[in-house]
Amino acid sequence: MSTASEFCAVSLTPEDVKKLCALARLEIGPDEIRDLSAKLSDIMRLVGELQAQDTQGVDPMAHPLERPQRLRPDAVTETNARDLYQANAPLVEQGLYLVPKVIE
Amino acid sequence: MLKRAMHEKTLTELSDALAAKQISARELTEHYLGRIEQLDADLNAFVTVTAEQALAQANAADERRAGGTATALTGIPIAHKDIFCTTGIKTSCGSRMLDNFVSPYNASIVAKLEDAGVVMLGKTNMDEFAMGSSNETSFYGPVRNPWDLERVPGGSSGGSAAAVAAGLCGGATGTDTGGSIRQPAALTGLTGLKPTYGRASRYGMIAFASSLDQAGTLTRSAADAALLMQTMAGFDANDSTSLADPVPDYVTEIESPWEKLRIGVPENFFDDGLDAENAAAVRASLDVFEKLGATIKSVQLEHVHLSVPVYYVVAPAEASSNLSRYDGVRFGHRAEGADDLIEFYMRTRAEGFGAEVKRRILTGTYVLSAGYYDAYYLQAQKARQLIAEDFKRAFADVDLIAGPTTPTPAFPIGQKVGDPIEMYLNDIYTIGANLAGLPAMSIPCGFVSGLPVGLQLIAPHLAEGRLLKAAHHFQLHTDWHRQVPEAYA
Repeated sequence: MSTASEFCAVSLTPEDVKKLCALARLEIGPDEIRDLSAKLSDIMRLVGELQAQDTQGVDPMAHPLERPQRLRPDAVTETNARDLYQANAPLVEQGLYLVPKVIE
Repeated sequence: MLKRAMHEKTLTELSDALAAKQISARELTEHYLGRIEQLDADLNAFVTVTAEQALAQANAADERRAGGTATALTGIPIAHKDIFCTTGIKTSCGSRMLDNFVSPYNASIVAKLEDAGVVMLGKTNMDEFAMGSSNETSFYGPVRNPWDLERVPGGSSGGSAAAVAAGLCGGATGTDTGGSIRQPAALTGLTGLKPTYGRASRYGMIAFASSLDQAGTLTRSAADAALLMQTMAGFDANDSTSLADPVPDYVTEIESPWEKLRIGVPENFFDDGLDAENAAAVRASLDVFEKLGATIKSVQLEHVHLSVPVYYVVAPAEASSNLSRYDGVRFGHRAEGADDLIEFYMRTRAEGFGAEVKRRILTGTYVLSAGYYDAYYLQAQKARQLIAEDFKRAFADVDLIAGPTTPTPAFPIGQKVGDPIEMYLNDIYTIGANLAGLPAMSIPCGFVSGLPVGLQLIAPHLAEGRLLKAAHHFQLHTDWHRQVPEAYA
């Protein structure tokens, strides 16, 4: 694990941004990358302020009201409404969503 | 008789007028629809106007009034932020990604208000996916502030704020993830309420940052906020974070006699970033509370300066996860002509999302990526705990916390939109309540150069009644909330 001080000075290179865009499934034009790496570096500098805070022994917040997540009985409650939901789909055929070829 | 124009009345006044048969829901709805048609071209507050449905709902409301089964809200015309799903009506979230999305279901709060007989006039413009503090990131263009058309109304619930402030609807719903109700309320001279996290259902409210998002109201008064929240609040089995605690009678509680309140003022809110005249207006409003018998004392929120950095880790992290659902397959925008599935996803998302949404998705992807999780996300959730503990400690000594809502009044369109950091700092005073899940309000407390500014009040968890009552009593002794922009009087 890297040390905190490394993160304080973080700055994102155009290469870093390209990698992130691939991870986030966002196509980015070559003309956008420079501006994006500058702005994301600004954001990470803002966020870097956190690294100086001592949080030893502090539990990370799980819920703002310290309440557990509610569970429901494991029972079927929804009815099938496929046609209704597929009315919003860009492309369907015989109840199936169509996408570009996945396997050659 | 009615002195104010119909569109300057509070919901409480309109409800009384409907009950007394001084006006019908149909007349009221036609009046607002006429104003939208006449005035919204300048403001751009609405994405969709649902005139036909509104008139049908108004007719039904009049029948219900005549039949004696009306609620206080039956026939009251409001607008919903376009982040709330509405059956059979476009729900865009201010994004090209959802420009073609017609919701197959109602958000729970929409359904509850509909059941009470509310008339929906339309869906209001907003920052794309609620990411913004100026309403300039909307796919549908910026919303203009009725107090000065060259200025922003705030965001992300800027369309709701502009619509209420200009008298295009009686009240409106909004959502608040880091200040998106309170900040626009302050900049447009309205009363904005963000309840406790979990108090109003998030079901059918398009997700941005799920641990912070909360539904609330933009209205002309605290009494109006109480009236709407009375119906909106409460348990919903469809929201796993919904609170089961019973909903108190806010409407009655705010009218109960004033009790001595202890109000805490975090002195570090009055920093160099706060406009001096804005600060003076907030200080003057604390004097009003003091005259009402409140005790004002300073409180320490030691870690509150970490709010913005914590928020810009937690919110983008959750957003990057929530927005991964927009893949062009099942609903929403879809890119044409992609050869394989990865290219299809990448182009769909590149075309569907605007610049600010992309920046937040990438920030979130970065802080959650392998090797960085502990340093960023986990560290932020620990710092978030420290901020929440500060509030808890402060509330051991005081009943409410008061301070500014925003650093400045409304700023010019175009001034900050090119610099994300400057934009993010607009929410420096509001984010803390979201991180700690606390209920908070902004109420009008004065003017700076003719532009409204807000006083923020923050209460302990589930103390909406106390919050609304303090705001209501303040409004009984001031008339900042009754000011309307001249061009829309």
